[in-house]
Amino acid sequence: MKTLIKSGRVVDPANKIDEKLDILVIDGKIAELAANIDPGDADVINAAGLIVTPGLVDMHTHLRDPGYEYKEDIISGSCAAAAGGVTSVACMPNTSPVNDNLAITKYIINKAQAQGSANVFPIGSITKAMKGGTLTEMGELKEGGCVGFSDDGLPVVDGEMMRRGLEYANTFGVPIFTHAEDLSLVAGGSMNEGPVATELGLKGIPWVAEDAVTARDIMLAELTGAHLHVCHVSTRGSIAQVRHAKARGVRITCEATPHHFMLTDEAVRGYNANFKMNPPLRSQDDVDAVRAGLADGTIDAIATDHAPHHIDEKNVEFAVALNGVVGLETLLPLTLKLVSEKVLDLSQAIALVTCQPADILGIDRGTLTVGAVADMTLINPNKEWLVKADELHSKSKNTAFSGQTLRGYAVRTILAGKTVFER
Amino acid sequence: MTVILLRLFIYLELDVEAISMSFNPKHILGIESLTAEEINFILDTAQSFKEINTRQIKKVPTLRGKTIINLFYEASTRTRTSFEIAGKRLSADTVNISASGSSVAKGETLEDTAKNIQAMHPDIIVMRHNASGSCQYLADRLDCSVINAGDGMHEHPSQALLDALTIREHKGSIAGLTVAIVGDITHSRVVRSNIYCLNKLGARVRLAGPGTMLPPGIEKMGCEVFNNLEDAIRNADVVMMLRIQRERQGAPLIPSVREYARFFGLNGNKMELAKKDAIVMHPGPINRGVELGTAIADGSQNVILDQVENGVAVRMALLYLVSGGEKLKGE
Repeated sequence: MKTLIKSGRVVDPANKIDEKLDILVIDGKIAELAANIDPGDADVINAAGLIVTPGLVDMHTHLRDPGYEYKEDIISGSCAAAAGGVTSVACMPNTSPVNDNLAITKYIINKAQAQGSANVFPIGSITKAMKGGTLTEMGELKEGGCVGFSDDGLPVVDGEMMRRGLEYANTFGVPIFTHAEDLSLVAGGSMNEGPVATELGLKGIPWVAEDAVTARDIMLAELTGAHLHVCHVSTRGSIAQVRHAKARGVRITCEATPHHFMLTDEAVRGYNANFKMNPPLRSQDDVDAVRAGLADGTIDAIATDHAPHHIDEKNVEFAVALNGVVGLETLLPLTLKLVSEKVLDLSQAIALVTCQPADILGIDRGTLTVGAVADMTLINPNKEWLVKADELHSKSKNTAFSGQTLRGYAVRTILAGKTVFER
Repeated sequence: MTVILLRLFIYLELDVEAISMSFNPKHILGIESLTAEEINFILDTAQSFKEINTRQIKKVPTLRGKTIINLFYEASTRTRTSFEIAGKRLSADTVNISASGSSVAKGETLEDTAKNIQAMHPDIIVMRHNASGSCQYLADRLDCSVINAGDGMHEHPSQALLDALTIREHKGSIAGLTVAIVGDITHSRVVRSNIYCLNKLGARVRLAGPGTMLPPGIEKMGCEVFNNLEDAIRNADVVMMLRIQRERQGAPLIPSVREYARFFGLNGNKMELAKKDAIVMHPGPINRGVELGTAIADGSQNVILDQVENGVAVRMALLYLVSGGEKLKGE
């Protein structure tokens, strides 16, 4: 089975490629990159005018399966991924039951392989049932396919437990993903603390709730020598801490979400719960810091924190609505927006959603290296489209970008040489 | 239009005042969205209605055939009664619903509750709810008018309007006055509505309370913030004391009511710091001996009962204006 992707602008940051090339795919693997490859008997896909990148990698999603299939499942979630040009997703363990054992890990992987339209890489929990009490069997879970460990959604409150989690995960060479949040400082808050929260009469969440735990976990990574990945950094302070830690050689990586570099807490005016997420939308100063962190390499990945919730969980008073927004289908245009706004160059932007998150996850994806699995995204970077919540492929429609006109989308998503999405 | 207004006021047997505009909002959700002109129009309208409350027969037919539902998710005596009396004096049919708890605890969402009520075709829903933004939520989803009777820590517009009417009556004008508001600023919707209202009408607003009760960025709403009561009330024209919720005692906000009363209660001879003719206000219900010493609560400077009286007139004005104002006569 041969396919030739003809005449696209190939952007493969891992291999420092950005030029017009043909890509020959044989039996689901990248066989050759060159100008003017003779098609021979290959199926030809004309990519003239398109950008061809490695399939996007979203290292932070919630697929809600098992347990919350009314919000999303592995099939709908991977469809949303494919529609967004994403071929690989890592999924967080806060399912029901929690992904803290081999049976759940296997269930996720098997269902994704059998019925999914994207590669799904599970992240196991650090502690059993995410209760902070006992470590999970990380060795066995890693063998089963888990690419990292996190109690995402909940912080590991106990310092000793976090330390042992880092040490134990490091035994098996996998990272710990920290959801850095001091719940005692959140204290029931529902949006970023500051003038907007004060005006709206909503209890605020101060930046220190994030920064304090980020600081602790960075120091624990320094103490243990383990790889710490900080999820969804959203404050100037936590980004500065990551920057300083990297400078002194701590094994630390971090990610930021599109909503944290596109929106501020001003969006909460009107009390629309689709602007309620955790960490909350922050101030303009924080948004500027996220963008600076992306530009200078402090932030290693753009990840969506795709968090589907049913409309009934969002269509309520702001303070009681659940946290989170879907993001898989808007990841690409929002990332490209950083290019048009001259925060990043195209290669940097694509690296943040391909090879860099793949490296953190330790997965053999995110590049177009000869021999690699042929996961590819063909992008029309100029196509303007209106985000309509009910047209999203995700089961849940809780997007923060409904009604916005975005530029750029995937016109074809290729998973191991096979087209899984086309528009 | 003047002719119509004249006819209206003759019809209502009211004194004709110089009213040069028309203002018929669909909802009253907060003071933030109102202009100074609109606020003054509401106050002028309330002033006209006030006389009805002292008549022998305290009823006019203005809202005959209209149905008003007071939907209260939080305990309230004063505000609910005031809205109920306001509606009844305008001949509307008023129905009170006391609901409790958040939508989650109740098992029925706020939207479902509201739509059930709407199916009974009320003209106005007056709602108090513990969630900030809940009145906006309702207004976004229903066809009838919504009046905010207090939403969480956000706004309490009718309170700010009755406060403004009371200040105006006692001081003639609001522009140029210094108003000190003291207490739990963080949790007070009364404060937020008053900051908007007083700023729009040209007053200077000062706030004071313990650091635990001053929310970050409040000064950006247009006020000066003080850490002690004395500096805030010095040379003030109006001193507005807020009710301190006893349940906040022992929580991280204040160590004890006793200490709070000592540092932030208006008692002893502290009022001597304010202007000689300063007035003392309180949205009620007062905690004697806590935020307000008894001598001051019963003293000549307090206008607390005037506030309550004006509350009925302001709420009559709001019900009247959202119902269409003078356009009612065309129906």
